[in-house]
Amino acid sequence: MTAAYATDSAVQAAGATIRSGGDRSPQAARGAVQAPDLVTVRNLKMHFPVTEGALIPRLVAHVKAVDGISFTIRKGETLGLVGESGCGKTTTGRCILGLERATSGEIIFDGKNLLALDRKAMNALRQKIQVIFQDPYSSLNPRMKVGDIIAEPMLVHRTEPDRAAREARVRELLQLCGLNPRFADRYPHEMSGGQRQRVGIARALSVRPEFIICDEAISALDVSIQAQIINLLEDLRDELNLTYLFIAHDLSVVRHLCHRVAVMYLGKIVELADCDELYNNPLHPYTQALLAAVPVPDPEVERRRAHQIVKGEVPSPMNPPSGCVFHPRCRLAVEGCARTVPEFRELRPGHWVACSVI
Amino acid sequence: MTKLLEIENLQTHFFTSAGVVRAVDGISYDVGEGETIAIVGESGCGKSVSALSILRLVADPPGRVVGGSIRFKGRDLLQLSEEEIRDVRGKDIAMVFQEPMTSLNPVLTIGRQLTETMQQHLGMSREQADARAVELLGLVGIADPARRLKQYPHHFSGGMRQRVMIAMALCCNPKLIIADEPTTALDVTIQAQILELMKDLTRRFGVALIVITHNLGIVARYADRVNVMYAGRIIESGSAHDIYHDPRHPYTLALLKSVPRMDRPRQARLDPVQGQPPDLTRLDAGCAFRPRCGFAAPGCAVQIPPLAAVGAAGHIAACWESGRVAGSLLRAS
Repeated sequence: MTAAYATDSAVQAAGATIRSGGDRSPQAARGAVQAPDLVTVRNLKMHFPVTEGALIPRLVAHVKAVDGISFTIRKGETLGLVGESGCGKTTTGRCILGLERATSGEIIFDGKNLLALDRKAMNALRQKIQVIFQDPYSSLNPRMKVGDIIAEPMLVHRTEPDRAAREARVRELLQLCGLNPRFADRYPHEMSGGQRQRVGIARALSVRPEFIICDEAISALDVSIQAQIINLLEDLRDELNLTYLFIAHDLSVVRHLCHRVAVMYLGKIVELADCDELYNNPLHPYTQALLAAVPVPDPEVERRRAHQIVKGEVPSPMNPPSGCVFHPRCRLAVEGCARTVPEFRELRPGHWVACSVI
Repeated sequence: MTKLLEIENLQTHFFTSAGVVRAVDGISYDVGEGETIAIVGESGCGKSVSALSILRLVADPPGRVVGGSIRFKGRDLLQLSEEEIRDVRGKDIAMVFQEPMTSLNPVLTIGRQLTETMQQHLGMSREQADARAVELLGLVGIADPARRLKQYPHHFSGGMRQRVMIAMALCCNPKLIIADEPTTALDVTIQAQILELMKDLTRRFGVALIVITHNLGIVARYADRVNVMYAGRIIESGSAHDIYHDPRHPYTLALLKSVPRMDRPRQARLDPVQGQPPDLTRLDAGCAFRPRCGFAAPGCAVQIPPLAAVGAAGHIAACWESGRVAGSLLRAS
């Protein structure tokens, strides 16, 4: 390897090999987490009003982006939230972050209901809840240097009032995320997508959060870079004992990274189970269809596989179907599905499904 | 199989203030009649530019095809006049773009956008074109086509728009369709619908297809042949079986190993491709993948390896060390 080429990648390789030192067998890394709940979401609803008329706006409908979902995340656990575009997974994350004012429900973090807190108390608590966004191009201010981008949350939350300490922390964070500390003086446009996403991660970590919402954090990256970032997120989780809500549409990545997985469709959670249980034994017809649609990089497997393609498209959340929202596309639907909303019930221990047919 | 398209040493460069970007740096491949070819690579590897070059759609300036030939049914497309190439576009060779949201004109009805091409290229009357448009929309699985023709793109969902794009591509009975990331903007369940539709229709009408994608998974089911691109060059080419089961270039191998797979037990840890994609303005005399390569040897810095036969017939790879790469995937899994 020539020296001129090697520097950056060598630093990155060094960063990428941070290990927790513990047992890295898949079971130990991703088995069920036994810990108290850190986040509890109860019957969360986010309905956006739709108005018509420019002068005298008239309420015509609601977009039920999130329509009564409940889940918990244990400390140290990674919960995957999957579904197709428009299913409400990003809105759920934004409600937890306080970026949207939820219509109703409860979000309990560390014993406090976030929706009942006043602005000041919420801001204080927000230090513990950080976010990594999808697009590493638009989520970093192009006019700020990387060092200032990473230091900004520390200024907002006044965690490192001393300038020198702040700069030292920035260097430490860059290193932790597999970047050379001299990147602090660069601008985002001088970096590749993968490097920018590392900056986004360093920024989220700067105020020592407990809980990080990863909103499609690797979707915009190139295939060869995705695995680097996934490994980094895993290493950081183990090393810093972080809890993640991992919002994604890539089911194979979610399977790799998550302990438990919730599947959303049109604002509702249709299935929730331990990762292995969900992938090995999906019960909801929508989950089954989603899993069947994921292509595998193997021509023999692909050509043998009977494609069970779900018909139709996702309906508008402004006018969702009656009863079970999935019934128009469902291969198991019976007459009653159009009338009654299925109950979200625990069919096996820890495996929750919203379907009245199975 | 008779050759429909023969690309020979195509070079497309961009002349920018930061220097010359050799986006496509000497690629050659053939497409047979009715054949499905996949071009796989990451952003910036030149896969889209190489496809746009076929129809001479690269914006000039800053881009320009600086060398090579593209022979379509024996004619070199690069030598055609502006008028002649316009006759090829949409008629003999059609294109399906990634973004169904932006590649349709928002102020024209779907019907107008379909019939315009047919009136232009096939000299049909308005009535004939309308009738054919109804037939085409039905063919791509759009219900109630006569009514849908009068609607505008914003009435259609992403998946439906991509169906319209496919109908537009098919409307003049092309010999070749180039699909640039046709399903990247779509959801998984819709992606599967669109891929099956494209496969079915191209088979039925004997249309050759070039699918450009970054996703190794989506082409495994459909491609007769896969070309893997890196830094403006084809670094490996072979049948789908060769590429996915017996890769001979370290980049192909690394890509296959880095993605988590649903059909395998979960790994403790992913095996990423190290480093960053190269800066195309600063390529040197050696192999462009060498800084990220686990097989790199001193010789790799001296000269760019040519594509050479490896393994099965028709399987080629551009790597000095391809002998050492052979069998690595089996050992890894």
